[in-house]
Amino acid sequence: MMPQAATDAIIRVRDITVQFGATRVLDGLNLDVKGGEILGFVGPSGAGKSVLTRTIIGLVPKIAGRIEVFGIDLDAASAAARRAVERRWGILFQQGALFSSLTVRQNIQFPVREYLKVSQRLLDEIMVAKLGMVGLRPEVADRFPSELSGGMIKRVALARALALDPELVFLDEPTSGLDPIGAGDFDELVRTLQRTLGLTVFMVTHDLDSLYTACDRIAVLGNGKIIAAGSMADMQASQHPWLRQYFHGKRARAVMG
Amino acid sequence: MSGDPTLERIAQGNGLALFAAGSWTARFAPDLERMVSDAEKLAGSRPNIFIDVSRVSKLDTFGAWLIERLRRSLTQGNVEAKIAGLSANYSSLVDEVRRVKGTPVVETGAVTITGMLDQIGRTMAGIGGTMVGLIDMLGAVLAASGRVLIHPRGFRLTSTVHHLEQVCWRAVPIVVLITFLIGCIISQQGIFHFRKFGADIFVVDMLGVLVLREIGVLLVAIMVAGRSGSAYTAELGSMKMREEIDALRTMGFDPIEVLILPRMLALIIALPILAFLGAMAALYGGGLVAWLYGGVDPEAFLLRLRDAISIDHFTVGIIKAPVMAAVIGIVACVEGLAVQGSAESLGQHTTASVVKGIFFVIVMDGVFAIFFASIGM
Repeated sequence: MMPQAATDAIIRVRDITVQFGATRVLDGLNLDVKGGEILGFVGPSGAGKSVLTRTIIGLVPKIAGRIEVFGIDLDAASAAARRAVERRWGILFQQGALFSSLTVRQNIQFPVREYLKVSQRLLDEIMVAKLGMVGLRPEVADRFPSELSGGMIKRVALARALALDPELVFLDEPTSGLDPIGAGDFDELVRTLQRTLGLTVFMVTHDLDSLYTACDRIAVLGNGKIIAAGSMADMQASQHPWLRQYFHGKRARAVMG
Repeated sequence: MSGDPTLERIAQGNGLALFAAGSWTARFAPDLERMVSDAEKLAGSRPNIFIDVSRVSKLDTFGAWLIERLRRSLTQGNVEAKIAGLSANYSSLVDEVRRVKGTPVVETGAVTITGMLDQIGRTMAGIGGTMVGLIDMLGAVLAASGRVLIHPRGFRLTSTVHHLEQVCWRAVPIVVLITFLIGCIISQQGIFHFRKFGADIFVVDMLGVLVLREIGVLLVAIMVAGRSGSAYTAELGSMKMREEIDALRTMGFDPIEVLILPRMLALIIALPILAFLGAMAALYGGGLVAWLYGGVDPEAFLLRLRDAISIDHFTVGIIKAPVMAAVIGIVACVEGLAVQGSAESLGQHTTASVVKGIFFVIVMDGVFAIFFASIGM
């Protein structure tokens, strides 16, 4: 959170291999995510971006390698240590994954209620504060997820991911399915929150605008490995064919103007 | 230096300084809330109160909000409580929470008598709605069958066969096992009680009539409602939730024709078959127990069975089966299409599908009993 910690790697992924049946999705992958940065993670569809995210958070088993989050090896950690780590991160799933039978209020309060013994008043106040942070008005608090628009679902899901004031947030395609203005607002929001709360953000995205406006660093996945990592300028200078196509294609030129 | 959070009070002249220190984060939220609530009582005790946060080592939304809440409750009239010593790192966070309007919406009110009466009224009115829904679905299914009869190419054979495998073929083991056991139990109980007045052999009459006329088909229908009716509701319900049914409709397909007709047809074919197999298994089980427990050897059993039952008993049972299948199918499909957006709603409608399905099966059985009695079958 503090500036002096900003250079330490919050996530350290070493030689990760993930295999589904005979298909090797990730093959000896290495990746560092530094404290306080917004890392944009790109790659062709089906390259395994979501798989890597889900492997880091422990939803997909790996056959080899080592994952450290906040300096704790997640395989070696005890159940209690793991839970402590899980409390320090927040996850925004691609479809939002809001609990459909709970209202927006209950969705946001759920993790807080489970972990902290605080009064209903504080729960409500924090819920309103989080809704405000993601740009929603308190009036939506008593709606159910099925009564929200796509953009609102993403925002509520982000508010829930931020409910416990995590230090690290995983965003899986946060702007997919949003209109360009909504997506732009969302990038702005991620930036603001990152500054305000000192977050580290791991963002899987396909949105070139997001990469330009929100991300400090970009990592590119291909053939089960990180084929490049660095700033936007590094990406544009790269000679890798896929990168050239991605960052110099028709759509990229449109974004860069 | 991120230790436990504290909030010290130090008098300064006629004013009061509140020194916050330590880590004001979510982890310590319960302690923080207690300290802030205590300090809030100081409102109005001094003309000049300020909050010094220069020694706060770590701050997150929880801490920032509680400091902001404290500031608000200490502010009165035009004398505003001040926050001092805020580090640049956290100023945007404090600005952010300052914009929060501290009036969260109220939760819904308590249970009242009028509310309960209202609920009862709505439930009763809902029963009427259910009946209309069932008749509506029956009409839609009949209309779709009519269309398919005129244009047989619209009939979905593959889908029907697939559902037939699910509801009929895969149901055979469990249906046969349960009806076999029920046959055994009926036979054992019959022998046990009939033996007291030496009427052991009449157990065959009871078993034959009961199994072929009533128990066989009723029991199988109840099992099918629980096994396949619930599956239909859950399938259609989750398709409804994920807008798959809307997608079908926009592509110009009729969901009744594509999804519901094959399922209904599969059920209507399956139930008579299962009822027949069930009845045979029950007779077999009953005969086995009569032989081993009651000493009625198989030859005597069959002879007696031939005298005791006529083809009418069998016909009565098997005629009921497709009608019950239609009732189960229609209830299941109506409930499936009534599912709303949430997982809870899916659960409620699946439950309702099974409960209503079984209820209507039993009601239908009663109606049939009256009908067959009056035509003398």
